[in-house]
Amino acid sequence: MHSELSLIEQVKSGKLWDIPGGIHPPERKSLSNSTKIDIIPLSPFYYVPIKQHIGNEGKLLVKVGEQVLTGQPLTDAIEGLSLPVHAPTSGVIKDITPHVSAHPSGKPEITIVIESDHKDTVFTTKPIKNWQTSEAASLTKHIQSMGVAGLGGAAFPTYVKTNPTKDIKLLIINGVECEPYITADDVLMRYFANEITQGINILQHMVQPELVVIAIEDNKPEAIEAIKLAVKDQDTIEVRVIPTKYPSGGEKQLIEIVTGQEVPSKSIPADIGIVMQNIGTCFAIKEAVIDGKALIHRVVTVTGESISRPQNLWVKLGTPISDLLTHCGLVAEQDQRLIMGGPMMGFNIMDTMMPVVKSTNCILAPSEYNLPSFGVEQACIRCSLCSDACPVNLLPQQMLWYSKAKDHEKLEEYNLADCIECGVCSYVCPSQIPLVQYYRSSKVEIKQEKEDKIKSDKAKERFETRQLRLERDKQARLLKHKESADKRKKALEKDGNAKDKIAAALARAKAKKASTGETAPISADAQTTNTQDKVAAAIARAKAKKQAQADSETTATVSSESQDSEVGSAEAVEAKSAEQIKKDKIAATVARAKAKKLKQAAENKEQGESN
Amino acid sequence: MKSISKLFVSSPHTRTGLTTNQVMRTVCYACIPGIAAQTYFFGWGVIVQALLCIIVALTAEAIILSLREKPVRATLADGSAMLTGLLIALSIPPLAPWWISVIGVSFAIIIVKQLYGGLGFNLFNPAMAGYVVLLISFPVAMTNWLPVQQVMTYDISFLDCVSSIFTGFTLDGYSVTQLRIAVDGITMATPLDHFKTQIDLGLTASEITASPIYGDYGGTGWEWVNLGYLIGGLLLLKQGVIRWHIPFAIIASLFTFSLISYSITPDLSLPPMISLFSGATMFAAFFIATDPISASTTIRGRLIYGAIIGALIFMIREWGGYPDGVAFAVLLTNLAVPLIDYYTKPAVYGHKAKV
Repeated sequence: MHSELSLIEQVKSGKLWDIPGGIHPPERKSLSNSTKIDIIPLSPFYYVPIKQHIGNEGKLLVKVGEQVLTGQPLTDAIEGLSLPVHAPTSGVIKDITPHVSAHPSGKPEITIVIESDHKDTVFTTKPIKNWQTSEAASLTKHIQSMGVAGLGGAAFPTYVKTNPTKDIKLLIINGVECEPYITADDVLMRYFANEITQGINILQHMVQPELVVIAIEDNKPEAIEAIKLAVKDQDTIEVRVIPTKYPSGGEKQLIEIVTGQEVPSKSIPADIGIVMQNIGTCFAIKEAVIDGKALIHRVVTVTGESISRPQNLWVKLGTPISDLLTHCGLVAEQDQRLIMGGPMMGFNIMDTMMPVVKSTNCILAPSEYNLPSFGVEQACIRCSLCSDACPVNLLPQQMLWYSKAKDHEKLEEYNLADCIECGVCSYVCPSQIPLVQYYRSSKVEIKQEKEDKIKSDKAKERFETRQLRLERDKQARLLKHKESADKRKKALEKDGNAKDKIAAALARAKAKKASTGETAPISADAQTTNTQDKVAAAIARAKAKKQAQADSETTATVSSESQDSEVGSAEAVEAKSAEQIKKDKIAATVARAKAKKLKQAAENKEQGESN
Repeated sequence: MKSISKLFVSSPHTRTGLTTNQVMRTVCYACIPGIAAQTYFFGWGVIVQALLCIIVALTAEAIILSLREKPVRATLADGSAMLTGLLIALSIPPLAPWWISVIGVSFAIIIVKQLYGGLGFNLFNPAMAGYVVLLISFPVAMTNWLPVQQVMTYDISFLDCVSSIFTGFTLDGYSVTQLRIAVDGITMATPLDHFKTQIDLGLTASEITASPIYGDYGGTGWEWVNLGYLIGGLLLLKQGVIRWHIPFAIIASLFTFSLISYSITPDLSLPPMISLFSGATMFAAFFIATDPISASTTIRGRLIYGAIIGALIFMIREWGGYPDGVAFAVLLTNLAVPLIDYYTKPAVYGHKAKV
């Protein structure tokens, strides 16, 4: 408790901490931040991917050919992490089909294609004007239904963060915007400071933090002025001007700068009582709650040396990039690079039909001269510029080695999972090694490996369970064999006269034979007859035994089969040790062998006699 | 509108700073003040050796690269072989016979660098490994440093140097041994060598350092050479090619040990300033030990690495059999680098805090 109190006190004192490493790339923000935010004219077609956020896509609510209005929900959020998307303008749904996605891979994703009717008729939704007296839960539901996602880049559903399960002490509003070229948040703060403040107030009402800190890099003096003016009467909101350095705007980095604390590895900020929201998100929350407007537009910076009119625009989500480029005048050079996002963390656009989505903050068309691309990769000379620049204190030079060797164990030991992929290591590498790319690949490999391991573990478990069950069944069967064999034996013993009867019968037969004339042998050797009788008796006994065993075996099999369903309950039976069973088995085999031998001997004798 | 790039590139989309090729070249250029001083005091032999060693280094590298079926031209352009050659040239006596250079450089490039996998894979500093092979195999030739030209009996020209390196004699027919005899008829040794032998003869430090081979604060001539490398090193620091940790740790460690030793036994110990400005101290601190491939890479590791080298240099000079100990110190510490790196990993974000 004491330490947490001092956290707020410390933050209030205005002290700032530094993050390790970091870089100061040319900012080039003045290209695009000198004009007001313009509105781009309506496009003929909009391409709205049904998944624009982290989590699950919603359930489709519309069909091809249906008429939709501006702001009308196109999907409905489903269970779990999910957000709806809304129609950016009024028109007809032309198609619902896979279309190039706003993702580094460009992999086609299900997209709703809307042909604009150029009327932009608005779908009426209910705002929550009296949000001050509303329950946090109903506001959360409303924010979810308006499709609000984090506009800083990750597009994490906002309703999850406005409904924290932990006690929140500090709300940080991220207005750092540390990526070069991008000025979307900068201009939003300059011209919409009051709306942003309203959004922050709604967040305060929902999250109930002790303190709100708005962090802005010192390279945006106009934005700082505007925000300071907007919050001057609110003593629970403080503006913190932080030194310009990339990547100060990273969530964990900004927390370290403002509070001096670290979010423990594999935890989220809420675990240490902190929630962070982006400037743009605050604006979207205000629009959703107070104006009842779904998230269907956002500010996008269209900039770069190859853009003749670089500027910030209100762009409807689903607008194809090509329309933005045409509007702002792309003058492409040879092999013009197009980047969605900033130069440090953005990805290259290979198809200009890619739509603007909730996470699109910038379309960058740089010149090769001003933003030189990477040359041929050379050997790592372990200069350690990368580790000096790493904002999370990793050792990229060692990780490269293990990444190339696919030594996943070592990579985890060197905390690959804590890499935020900010790109600083590659940026400073003299050998022009695309380090981040190596780490991304390794992360995917490790994830794959873990999934495979889970799968194989499950398979192994299944196999072992099956083996165990089979073995148990076998033991149960053997035990039953044994039991019924014993029973049979006992029955045979009880009914012991059977042998004698056979012997008697044989004796009788012999006697008869003898009496019918074979006098010579009898008189010659009475002893032989005696022996012969004995042999005959033995044979008979053996035969009887064999028969008995065969019988018992069949009965045992039958009974074990019929009782298979009961095997589960036969655990007590298992108590009989396998050794005992084995011993019994050996005894039986020995007995059989003996009987066989005896029989053979008798046969031989008979043969000899008959000869 | 021209074409849009369809090439998939991962972020980041740009880079900054020197490339590896530029880094290697910058180090070569930063040697210039040191080379100039060395040439001024020890004659043209320095330049001849530098050219010879660089040519041998490039040739050896080219041969091995083609045997390994690696791109020859592109790899030679990285400048690393050139740098190794240059560093060896600056370490050996300027009038050492040509085969000394050939053997040393070939060993460094072929065995120490390429057989370990080429640039970035060598465990040991190639230049120092090559130098040590020479020092152990040919101790006499390797300690035949000429006295500084200012106290030499004979003037030797550029062609004398070439002739001496390739035939063993100057154009006038003097051998290196004859050249080493100073004005007063005594064979001249390097300050560090001289100090060692004189101490063994029972002289005190102050008596020894009165000799003309000691200058104002270092060895005569040697102090300027060291100053030259110090300036070059500071340029490298300013350019961001090297970081301050290793040179600082070496100098601080060597100075500290020298100071302790000097304050305990002033008559038997080399004064700390002579320690710093004689032999290869500055050269080692800024140009040899900072070779990133064979050095420690973590911040704390670099400090430890430098401190160990400084301590070893001191120990070898003070108690060892060789007058200077830079090469051995660096190689021995190279061995400890994986261990140092492993135990000096910085705490990664989120692993310090415990909730």
